[in-house]
Order: sequence, then C-alpha cells, then structure tokens
Amino acid sequence: MKTYNNKAWWLVLPVFVLVAFSAIIPMMTVVNYSVQDIFDPSTRYFVGTEWYREILVDPRLHDSLVRQFIYSFCVLAIEVPLGIVVALSMPRRGLGVPFSLILLSLPLLVPWNVVGTIWQIIGREDIGLYGWTLNSLGLDYNYASNPRDAWITVLVMDVWHWTSLVALLCYSGLRSIPDVYYQAARIDRASHWAVFRFIQLPKLKNVLLIAVMLRFMDSFMIYTEPFVLTGGGPGTATTFLSQTLTQMALGQFDLGRAAAFSLIYFLIILLVTWVFYTAMTHNDDKG
Amino acid sequence: MRLRKSLVMLVYLLFVLVPIYWLVNMSFKSNREILGGLTLWPTTPTLDNYRVIFTEPTWYMSYLNSLSYVSMNMLISLLVALPAAYAFSRYRFLGDKHMFFWLLTNRMAPPAVFLLPFFQLYSAVGLFDTPIAVALAHCLFNVPLAVWILEGFMSSVPKEIDETAYIDGYTFPKFFIRIFLPMIRPGIGVTAFFCFMFSWVELLLARTLTSVDAKPIVAQMTRTVSASGIDWGVLAAAGVVALLPGIAVIYFVRNHVAKGFALGRV
Repeated sequence: MKTYNNKAWWLVLPVFVLVAFSAIIPMMTVVNYSVQDIFDPSTRYFVGTEWYREILVDPRLHDSLVRQFIYSFCVLAIEVPLGIVVALSMPRRGLGVPFSLILLSLPLLVPWNVVGTIWQIIGREDIGLYGWTLNSLGLDYNYASNPRDAWITVLVMDVWHWTSLVALLCYSGLRSIPDVYYQAARIDRASHWAVFRFIQLPKLKNVLLIAVMLRFMDSFMIYTEPFVLTGGGPGTATTFLSQTLTQMALGQFDLGRAAAFSLIYFLIILLVTWVFYTAMTHNDDKG
Repeated sequence: MRLRKSLVMLVYLLFVLVPIYWLVNMSFKSNREILGGLTLWPTTPTLDNYRVIFTEPTWYMSYLNSLSYVSMNMLISLLVALPAAYAFSRYRFLGDKHMFFWLLTNRMAPPAVFLLPFFQLYSAVGLFDTPIAVALAHCLFNVPLAVWILEGFMSSVPKEIDETAYIDGYTFPKFFIRIFLPMIRPGIGVTAFFCFMFSWVELLLARTLTSVDAKPIVAQMTRTVSASGIDWGVLAAAGVVALLPGIAVIYFVRNHVAKGFALGRV
C-alpha cells in the first residue's frame, strides 16, 4: 500500500515546473490569441468568441476533421487485427524470438520524415519498386496525382510504420498467460478459436486498450509522414488536422483562427484521452 | 498450424524489410543509375552519396545538431523524471491522479497545437535557433513518457527495500542514489533509449524552432526535397545514416521495447 505523504510533491516539483513552462504558458498564449484580433504587437482588439464562431463554420476545419476521423478509423481497423495476428504468429522460444523482436521494432525506430522518404521513393512509378510493379501490372498508379492512390499510400505507410507497435504490445500481453491455461484448454479439446476467444483475448484486453489509445492519438496528430510523402496533396486529399493547423499558423499567420482551431483540436484530444485513462485506471484498480 | 504461423510471420517481416532494403539499395547507387531504370541491387555500387554526407558541413553539422539537442533532452528528462517517478510509485499525495493524467495529456497533445506559442516563447527569450530550445520543447512529450516508464519499473521494486534502508540509517538522497538507482538500472536504460528515440524521430517542432545554426538532420532532409532537383542518392544515404542510432541500441533494449512504447504500462 502506498503511504499518504504530501512531501512527495517536492519530488514532483521539477517535472511540474518544466512541463508547466512548456505546456501551460504556451497554452495560455493560445487562449489569449483566440479571443483577440492582432494586427501587430501594439494593435490588438478583444473580439470575444468571434474566432470560434468563424472556425466552427470554416470548411477547412470540417474537411480536415472528417478526413482525420476516417483516416484514424481506417488505421485502427487495419492495424489492430493485423497486429494481433502478427503477435499470435510470433515464435515462442529459440533464436527466432530476439530476431523477430528486433526486425519488428525496425519501422518504429525510423525517423518519421525518413518513413515519408522511404515511401516516397518506393511508390514512385519510375524508380520505386512498388510503384513500378503496380504500373507494369497494368494498374495506373501514381500517388502524386491521384487522390485515391495518395490515400492508399499514406494508409499503407502508416500500417508499415505502426502495426509493429500493436504486435509488440500484444506479444508482451500474450507472454503473460501461464502455460497452465493452455494445458487446461488442451484437456478440454478447445478449438483454436475458443482458445483465442476465451483465453488470449481477455488477457489482451489491457494491452489492446493501450494500443488503441496510442494508435488513435498518434494517427490523430499525424503530420510528418504525409507532409513528406504527398505534402498534403494532391489538392487537399491527404491534408490532416495538424497540417491544416500548421498552414494556418505558420503559412498564413492567421493567429486568431489558428488559436481557436488549436483549442478545439486540443479539447477533442483531451476528451478522448480522459475516456481511455478512466478505462485504464479502472482496470488497474481491479487488479 | 506451426507452418502457417511461420508463414504469416515471414510475409509480415518481408513487408517490413522490403522498403528499408530499397532505401539502402538506393543509397549505394549513383543518381544516373537510379534514374536510368529499375535495378534490384546496385550494379555499380558507389560510396559517393555517403561521402557527400560526411564531407559537406551542412549535412554533418545537421547530424551533430540533432545529436546535441537529443542528448540534452535525454539528460533533462531523466533528471527531472527520476524523483517524480519515485514519488508516484511510492506515495499518495494531494492531486496525484490528476497530475498523472495531466502528464499523459501532454504526451497526447498534438505538437502542432504548440507550434505557434513555442515559436514566440523561444523567440522572446532569445533561444530561437539553438539546440536547447528544441531540447526543452521535446520535454513536452518526453518528460511524461519518462515518468510513466520509470514509474512502471520502480513499482516492481518491493517497498520493503526502502524501509530496510531507512532503518539502516540511510538518508533519502543517499538511499536513492546508492541503492535504488542501481536496482532499476535497466529501467533507466530503457527510458533513456525512448527519450532518445522520440526526440530523434520528431520533425515538426525541431524544424519550426530552428533555421540555420541549429538545423537538425530531419529538417535538412525535407529542405533538400523541396529544392528543384532531388538528389535521390544523397537523400537515401541521409536516411540510412539517420536509421543507424536506433538500430545500434535496439539490441540492448529488445526485451523492453513493448514496455517503452506502451508508456510503461505493460
């Protein structure tokens, strides 16, 4: 049992100060911008909720929000089942274990812009293996000009990049199942499906929760990979929330609108994190 | 069943490795060969692309810049996270759960939201275009991550050890440094690795907070892409070199990768 001691705050203080400096102060600046109209540092007017009202009907926000939700949904729908399958196929013992672990982790260690570069190269129809293969099979594939191809490429890139994460998490969840469970199942002549459904899946619940949360959040703030691969194009086909926001803030210096956008974006994230956090700690409490 | 499993694994590993192979393959080709047609392996292997990276100051300086802010960030994150993680793993205190949740939200917050304020904050205090600005900015997600991972490792050390040490007359700092830290050495290593990793792979903040003097490798690469003619060979070589640090350390933390990526929750 943990003891109750408020002196522990002294140990947390450095973290608190540091994170406050890099999170609360900037956040206050954003709030400040979102309620003012700023022409230059000395000319500014208080405009109240005007930016919010404007941004809420802004088609740019709507479009990228819809695109973002579809994208995050696709990512989860592909990566979670695939990750589970890969984790179930992991070798149990022997040299294969460290070997597969290291190879699986590889995509996770690639700098995000290099991920973009890799797929930019391999998808090109003249110098890339995949693009060239698809085109010589008679498919008219070009991620730079065709929105559908761009979408598929960004999605496959994400699957390549992050499915390993889901697989690794599930693998460590599976490893914690005692052998006795499997022996009991064998005595009962349980089918493979039954073993999965009634032994493995319940044990995976906790790690899957974490995996879904991480994948949802990270795909919800994806920026670097599509930025390098397609630059958000063709048109705005692969422009997701973070990129719309970046364009607004740094490209057009549209401070008020960008700030209101940031806060709405942040509130969505906060809400989702809270839901997952509650579910996670709820499980922790139960054991 | 056995066979089908190995087959699935093999196909997936192939899916993982082919794009990386293609990058390595291209980094050893000359631009003439790259644009001349598709070849599955370099017919005339050349090290020219790597020579460019290691001799041109803009390239190798950008690597050094990246390494400097990444190691600074790693150091800061570990120093502040160690005591905090101990507090979370051993004590209950006013607002501890809220604090923990608040840390998590910072890991989840999109860097794009903080872009503009960071830019102005660091310009205002005169840190713009220095490695320390990027190091501090990356603390936004690395400190919470470090606290979460370390807390996981510390909670698995039985509390009796603390109590015995206090009875033996150890003061807290002495106990923490001489006894406790050596016990969670693997945890510290894993945490350092993940701070290193997440700072190394991040682009958006690193690119926004630097312009010339502290330009990191990730930004250097995107700026080459936007130039009129793309030097594919050099780009591929730069990518390969950017991959190396991760590959070099992954072997040592292979058993803990899942724990790290799961914020210490597995």
